[in-house]
Amino acid sequence: MSITYLEAIREAQAHALRDDPRVFIYGQDVGAFGGAFKATKNLQKEFPGRVLDSPISEDAMIGLAVGTAIEGMRPIIEMQFADFSTVAFNQIVNQASTLFWRTNVPCPITVRLPFGGTSGSGPFHSQCLEAIYAHYPGLVVLTPATVEDAYSMLLSAVAIDDPVIFCEHKFLYYHLKAEKLPSEALPIGKARIAREGRDLTIVTYSAMVHEALAAADELATEGWQVEVVDLRSIKPLDTDTVVASVARTGRLLCVGEAWPWGGVTAEVIARVTAEGYGLLDAPPQRLNAKDTPVPYHPNLWAAHRPTARSVAAAARKLIRY
Amino acid sequence: MLQTVSESRTVGETQRVAYRFMLRARLLDDKFASLYRAGKIHGGVFLGRGQEALSAAIGVHLNKTDVFAPLIRDAAGRLAFGEPIIDAVRTYLGSSLGPMRGRDGNVHRGRPQEGYLPMISHLGAMISVVNGVLFARRMKGITGIVGVACLGEGATSTGSFHEALNQAAVEKLPLVLVVANNQFAYSTPTTSQFACSDLANKAIGYGVESHSVDGTDFSACMETVGAAIARARAGHGPQLVVATLLRLCGHGEHDDASYIAPEQKNSKLGRDCLKVAEDFLLKKEFADAAQIAVWRSEAIREIDEAVAQAQREPAPDPYEEKWSALSSEHLNELREES
Repeated sequence: MSITYLEAIREAQAHALRDDPRVFIYGQDVGAFGGAFKATKNLQKEFPGRVLDSPISEDAMIGLAVGTAIEGMRPIIEMQFADFSTVAFNQIVNQASTLFWRTNVPCPITVRLPFGGTSGSGPFHSQCLEAIYAHYPGLVVLTPATVEDAYSMLLSAVAIDDPVIFCEHKFLYYHLKAEKLPSEALPIGKARIAREGRDLTIVTYSAMVHEALAAADELATEGWQVEVVDLRSIKPLDTDTVVASVARTGRLLCVGEAWPWGGVTAEVIARVTAEGYGLLDAPPQRLNAKDTPVPYHPNLWAAHRPTARSVAAAARKLIRY
Repeated sequence: MLQTVSESRTVGETQRVAYRFMLRARLLDDKFASLYRAGKIHGGVFLGRGQEALSAAIGVHLNKTDVFAPLIRDAAGRLAFGEPIIDAVRTYLGSSLGPMRGRDGNVHRGRPQEGYLPMISHLGAMISVVNGVLFARRMKGITGIVGVACLGEGATSTGSFHEALNQAAVEKLPLVLVVANNQFAYSTPTTSQFACSDLANKAIGYGVESHSVDGTDFSACMETVGAAIARARAGHGPQLVVATLLRLCGHGEHDDASYIAPEQKNSKLGRDCLKVAEDFLLKKEFADAAQIAVWRSEAIREIDEAVAQAQREPAPDPYEEKWSALSSEHLNELREES
């Protein structure tokens, strides 16, 4: 018996629907069809009237979610792909994220963004948008890297009284498996040491955690002990855990699948440099996707995003600095 | 507090109530314009001059349990929906005791949990939020309510308008979309805004019912808006109301509206709906001139008292302000910038 990352997301939604009558799901094809990725498979049958198909109107989907939140509901909105959430950008960053601050009325909506690259998906079904949402005040941005976190953090997301951008990585959907669902979890906002080491800290999140772990395995055969920090949550960002890790290793490599400009990796380096400058034995480095749209062909795609190989190469260079 | 329609009994009472809200809105707007010119208001001032008949007609046909998302020229509708004058004044003057506590200002005010939604500036964006409130209430089994979203003809060009009206139609929500075609979106004339011969025709494409009305005609506004709201309340799905009128002021008080041609101002479109309403009341003998004069002086007194009160109230204090956009305090990043 094992459960995939995708099944964990379905189970978390079933759990939330079962536990809380205020929860409902709204999105394109989420009803009888069960969603483009089957993240809501059978949920409409199991929870009649609470798993509802929307027209292809991302802006109106989030607007509606905000209205229901005002009425005390806790909607889960499925964006078919994170890329399409840009159509809802205005409602997310201007309506949902400002409501509490302006009016003192909380806006507990969860926006599920199936995100990140998979081979052959191309420029408009591969994007990583966590940084642009994290830029806006009033949003919580979560990026689970494991099956356990996918489950527990989605449950937390629904329970949070603020809009949560839940970034679930499509690359992890099917092949990432766990034996069982967790009964407890780290609190939201706490990073996790995914692997301990003393020579270098790699700070990363979501699918890149697995690339970083593979790189750490490779470097271990060369005698280097690499520490991997899985941020779990982009906003809030657990600076303390990151700085504590850098204090142990003296070297920082930030890895993100998103584009480089003004992103999460830049933010982490800014914080470590400002708060832990004296802890650094080498200039902090980062590795991101290339600054182009995400390419379609697997040869180009594999070179566009960081991989275990490119992470290992960057780590080696930094260790030898 | 003025009576609402449901409490009215005698002939002409609804019209009297609506007229009084129009009058109060006009006088309140005039006061804001004076305060603006005197430098007492930070940021913009946006008046509803010329739109009071339409706006009041909406407000008096709504119940407290309905939903209302007004736009920038709806002082009359806001008052009629139950907004106290002091809420409007506190928001314009930035009092920390107002509903927006100085965090937002002028026309960006409301009380969401009372079904009174505070607009964001992006046009068309409030419509789907009204849909959401109606959607949630339907899930809770609440029936017999309606939600009104107001917009101008300019907002009909937005993607949000399209998405939300279509969404309401698909879900058969009791939404009433009231479009005030005041001929100008800021300075842009209707010829650059849409190419259909009548905005009400847009309803056909969405599969919703539509109503057209002369927005300068008080009694027509009362009738048409009342009918549209009643249709939605009775379960006939979304209703589109298009009112034709002329904006009798600038986009905001910073704008002299010199782009509006004098011929247009002097046309029937440019007549003042407040005067039309007053004539109507007098002609029908729903009120006499003495009565109207009393209403006027009462409204002026109330407005002056509200302004005097709000001016004595504390301004927001940046040192007391909780600089947190999240309701979940434990998720705030509390690190101070160095």
